[in-house]
Amino acid sequence: MRKVAVVGAGMTKFMRRAHETGKELAWETSRMALDSCDLTLKDVDCVVMGTAPDAFDMIHMKHEYLSDGAGAWRKPYVRGFLGGGTGVFTACQAWYHVASGLFDVCLAVSEEKMSSCLPHPQGAFVTCWDQFTESPLGTSLLWFFAWEMNRYMHAHGITEREIALVSVKNKKNAIEHPCAQLPGEITVDDVMNSEIMAWPVKRLDVSPTSDGAAVLVFAAEDVAKRITDKPVWVEGAGWCLDTMYIGQRDLYYPKYVEYAARMAYDMAGIKEPRHEIDIAEPYDPFSYKELHNAEGLLLCGKGEAAKLTVDGETQRTGRQPWCPSGGALGVGNAIAATGVMKVAELFWQLRGEAGGRQVPGKPRRGVAQAWGDEMQVGTVIVLGV
Amino acid sequence: MPVDKITQVSQTKPWHGQIPVYGQYTYGIAGERFFREIKANGRIMGAKCSSCNLTYVPPRIYCERCFSELTEWLQIPDRGAVHTFTVSHVDLDGNRLDEPLIVAFVEFDGVHGGIVHRLGEVEPDQVYIGMPVEMRLKSKAKRTGSILDISYFKPIRV
Amino acid sequence: MNEKVKVWPGTPLSEKDIIEKRVLFTEWEPNLKYAWDAGVGYGGYFAGLKEGRIVGTECAKCRRVLLPARAFCEWCFRTVDRWVQLNDTGIVNTFSVAYTGTAAERLKDPLVPALIEIDGSGGVAIMHLIRGGDPWKVKIGMKVKAVWKPKGKREGSINDIEYWKPV
Repeated sequence: MRKVAVVGAGMTKFMRRAHETGKELAWETSRMALDSCDLTLKDVDCVVMGTAPDAFDMIHMKHEYLSDGAGAWRKPYVRGFLGGGTGVFTACQAWYHVASGLFDVCLAVSEEKMSSCLPHPQGAFVTCWDQFTESPLGTSLLWFFAWEMNRYMHAHGITEREIALVSVKNKKNAIEHPCAQLPGEITVDDVMNSEIMAWPVKRLDVSPTSDGAAVLVFAAEDVAKRITDKPVWVEGAGWCLDTMYIGQRDLYYPKYVEYAARMAYDMAGIKEPRHEIDIAEPYDPFSYKELHNAEGLLLCGKGEAAKLTVDGETQRTGRQPWCPSGGALGVGNAIAATGVMKVAELFWQLRGEAGGRQVPGKPRRGVAQAWGDEMQVGTVIVLGV
Repeated sequence: MPVDKITQVSQTKPWHGQIPVYGQYTYGIAGERFFREIKANGRIMGAKCSSCNLTYVPPRIYCERCFSELTEWLQIPDRGAVHTFTVSHVDLDGNRLDEPLIVAFVEFDGVHGGIVHRLGEVEPDQVYIGMPVEMRLKSKAKRTGSILDISYFKPIRV
Repeated sequence: MNEKVKVWPGTPLSEKDIIEKRVLFTEWEPNLKYAWDAGVGYGGYFAGLKEGRIVGTECAKCRRVLLPARAFCEWCFRTVDRWVQLNDTGIVNTFSVAYTGTAAERLKDPLVPALIEIDGSGGVAIMHLIRGGDPWKVKIGMKVKAVWKPKGKREGSINDIEYWKPV
């Protein structure tokens, strides 16, 4: 396999509702990413598209709809789909398009326009669940997260207040993000006193629905070295799916994230992730998920993530900065675009270009992860300089 | 009933369901301007890419070929020609229509793309590919900023 | 990068822009209805529920109970070997006190959706609702029992069990 680097990135503001159409968002961002590395559409050999369920944009086969804005005109073009895990997988997919030797430059585009789906995108999940044993119960998407969070707290004796600290941290980190939808200074009490959605999940434990796009440019080693003196190398990639039967996996620990992480770490030659990784962007659509996913990423032992958070180790200035971007909780959750935003954050951090969000101490290696499908897929990418 | 004997889905006991959502779509940057021009001024606009020498209808804010931003907008003549057409006798749900609907792709001179719309004031057997047509608008008071602000395209003599 | 970019793309709209129609938009409601067939495994599962029994299948190779009943084992990738009848009692694996329904609408009275480990299944859980008693007194590990619909009203559906009550 060839060495592959990320050489450019772009993103839109994440917002509750964008005036732009999805394809206009895709174009603005794709052009921005290409401009950032002085490439043009002519230099792009292939395009990969990451975008979550069609029902969110209420456009069936939306990858086709988005194709012209993504620069796919008369190019090899494909959409990879892993539900909420799509964003980071889009980066993985772009990587193997180039690593395989088939293409030298790949544009990885992600877009989401969830504001089109009313009364709420959650309604679109009714046809994702089992039509026979789950949907007839009047199932809500939030119940799945509530079950998992409850099980996670129960297994390790973790409290809601400890978990609330993730929301507090990420929304604060997002203050420095120019594209953030929900930045702010909130307290643990604010989270605890916010509306109960599906206990133990409260309103401020939940990331917002968002419109937005994010794009990365991947290039083979020779191209990367020619166009930039700061390539950020893809060191490893991994993805893994668990059983879709929620009653036949234990919710307290995301084994599938661990398997995906091990695939990526083996490729990167990482033996002790907690010591060898400087920054992490675990997927945080809910506050507990950052902890849950960080444990799956082997960044700490099972049940230890809450303590690291309480001790401030996961702050931007801490020993293990998690979600220095502000994450889905602070920047917004434009599903696939959030996954790509996390990879873009690693790109900017490792190049020392993250502005007010810059993690001190010149981080050299980072991991980004997303999670989704029927809440049982893990997608992982490791970048380094 | 043995599974291999089922030939009609209606013979089984299926679980029924619907997807309880609807779509609300903003027209976007290019769409907003395009439809407001039709609504206010009754004219079709295109967006021109000078480097690729293409004029897009409906207009876009970018050229899909060279990715440059399109800022040059120009009015398209409201006369075009039938590029292709179909005569539809069924609606979206497969029900027979009382009156067949003639739907055409209308192309315009010097334009990349065109407009999908209905044809009116013409019998199905009179329509042909290449037939010159002209836009018929709803009265200004009835226009809402929608593709249906155009009533239909009708044949003209040239 | 972050310093170089002056204006990040994207034009946020407010709720007011839509309500007051400051921007153009259009709406569409899908006119689609789906009909799904239960298939072989679930077909047997629902036939069991209609008779007031919870049935699973067993894979003789990995000795696992599959619940809801399925026609094949995804681990061993082979057909299942036999049907097994399980008890209609279990313990709460996890639960929520939920104020949200399917489309994120708010519920005045909360539901208690739970995963219930069915006795005799080796810890396999099914999704259902707990009722009867104070929602806030439900605990992980609590014993529960199925409350069935009267025989004449069962139709071979997951809702043939009305709910699970603490015992």
